[in-house]
Amino acid sequence: MKVRATDFLEYDKAKGVYRVSPEQAVRDDVEKHYWRHVGLTIMKDWRLYLMLVPMLLVFFLWRYLPMYELLSCFKVADVVKPVSQQFFSGFSYFKRLLFAGDQLSVDFWRALRNTFILSFYGLCFGFPIPIILALFFNEIRSNIARSFYQVLTYLPKFMSTVVMTSLVTMLVKQGSLVSGMGIVSQALQAVGFISSDVANAGLLNNPAFFRSIYQISGIWEGAGYDSIVFFAAIIAISPTSYEAAQIDGADKWAQMRYVVLPSILSTIVIMLINRIGSLLNIGYEKVLLLYNTNTYVTADVVSTFAYRNGMAGSAGNGLSAAAEMMNNVIGMILVIGANTIARKATDTSLY
Amino acid sequence: MKRKLEISELIFKIISYTLLTVFALACLYPFVYAVSAAISGRQPVEYNTIILFPKEIQFQAFARMFSDNTFWNAYSNTLFITLYGTLWAMLTSILGAYALSKKRLLFRKTFNFFLVFTMWFAAGIVPQYLNYLATQRVFNSVGITDDKWLVVIAMGMAAMNIILLRNAFEGVPSEVEEAAIVDGATEMQVLTKVHIPMSQSTIATVALFFAISRWNGYFWARQMISNPNEQPLQVFIRLQLEQFTDAEQMAGWNFPYASDSVIYALIVCSIVPILVIYPFIQKYFAKGTNVGGVKE
Repeated sequence: MKVRATDFLEYDKAKGVYRVSPEQAVRDDVEKHYWRHVGLTIMKDWRLYLMLVPMLLVFFLWRYLPMYELLSCFKVADVVKPVSQQFFSGFSYFKRLLFAGDQLSVDFWRALRNTFILSFYGLCFGFPIPIILALFFNEIRSNIARSFYQVLTYLPKFMSTVVMTSLVTMLVKQGSLVSGMGIVSQALQAVGFISSDVANAGLLNNPAFFRSIYQISGIWEGAGYDSIVFFAAIIAISPTSYEAAQIDGADKWAQMRYVVLPSILSTIVIMLINRIGSLLNIGYEKVLLLYNTNTYVTADVVSTFAYRNGMAGSAGNGLSAAAEMMNNVIGMILVIGANTIARKATDTSLY
Repeated sequence: MKRKLEISELIFKIISYTLLTVFALACLYPFVYAVSAAISGRQPVEYNTIILFPKEIQFQAFARMFSDNTFWNAYSNTLFITLYGTLWAMLTSILGAYALSKKRLLFRKTFNFFLVFTMWFAAGIVPQYLNYLATQRVFNSVGITDDKWLVVIAMGMAAMNIILLRNAFEGVPSEVEEAAIVDGATEMQVLTKVHIPMSQSTIATVALFFAISRWNGYFWARQMISNPNEQPLQVFIRLQLEQFTDAEQMAGWNFPYASDSVIYALIVCSIVPILVIYPFIQKYFAKGTNVGGVKE
């Protein structure tokens, strides 16, 4: 915008000179006494700012103060003193976890690898399925039939992790003298997918099945519900777009490719970044409830590693905080990276 | 050409219906199975002869559950946490989201970032645990010894829900708000008489999200609530599942139901309240979850 002298000057006819306009005088004053003006604005509108206080307080006390506790990963462990009074120890915990080469360090690397693999599988299988479901929902023209399908597929989302894992545990549980194995193990054995020994030992005791169980139960739980967002984007597409494509001779696949996909691309990108944002925050609750000593090889993730060794074990808070710190920082880098790539490639970004 | 169009469309329709039906049935099946297993007799459950429908129906597994005081205690604790937790979360979220929705708010972007950042970066469970322990000490020192209040007040806040509410409040036309202000409405009246009635579906959805996360909350409740009389239902279910394998199976030789049935009965009991509320709230979902503007 072009700046003109009359924006901040006005002509004083009596004296025949230009002087600073009153508006500019206020602007100058705001610039000079910024914080006083902030204070005055808040005082004048104090009700609005008072409304913010409880929320900010909750987030500060129970979301940001824990981040301060994270500092213990740089401090010498001391049970008695609070973090602020502990001695600074540099990166010793990080070195210990990454390079010590002992059991703890080996476990940490395993947890890090498992975290990546579980989240990567989640991205590959868990992310596209809700989109496909939304496309299918769009195919159903009758409202009653569609609500029927939607109600059924949203349902598992409202079960708690405990109930869901309990159900999974019961469905694939091992056979014993007093009770047979779970119904799903039985079915898998019946179709010849697994041998009877494997089925009898319980699938949750077998590290080879943990990842599949984790992903399939995740899809079962969330796919229907996650499709809401994509479905909302698809029904927002104007029918004229389809008609235009049909006149140009596009069949169903071409319509998908050239009408639907470009229209929901921004939603997909936003949801993808969102997903990557929580990529490494693997649901530790679910892993804790599903894993056991037999399946640590494939199931142990960084959060559960930190939980076992820090909260429930003896490795100390500093060490487990260091483990989680690494996890979180990698997660942050992934989000920022995904966001940057998305902004460059598709002009859509989350922030 | 017309013919070709119809074929590709027909194929896609058939695929859609088939796969959706399979998926919907897969979503439903475990629930049906759980109910059937809970009310079937001992023999069919132990020998796994139940596929879909119950056999040798009995209700003693439920009766046993209902005669257990610990169960009712856990249930009432969960109700307590859900009710007060949702109220507290809704109160803080609605007030905060209303303030955030106002363009005239100073440092609006900073406050928004303050919220959104918690969605990307969490301190992790060990620092969070230390934090809750400290909170617990403070609560105890001011005389709140019931850890349920710790769960209610300190946990379960979600930035995403506040952003949903904020977006809904931003969608209220400013003319309506101005009209109210001209008529002499205070800030609080604008919120309660204009914004809240005009964004009912979002408020219902967000309240449901909070209520469900409270109802389902497990991990922190288990970590922080040490008194067994204060434990919520989810912790109770998990403890039952962990214990039943050794104790229950030995003790239950002459029960008319299998030990598994007790677990299934518990699972059914914990899902039923949600199933009852669900149909009433379900219609709000598509309207209420407008995830487009997480920007800023």
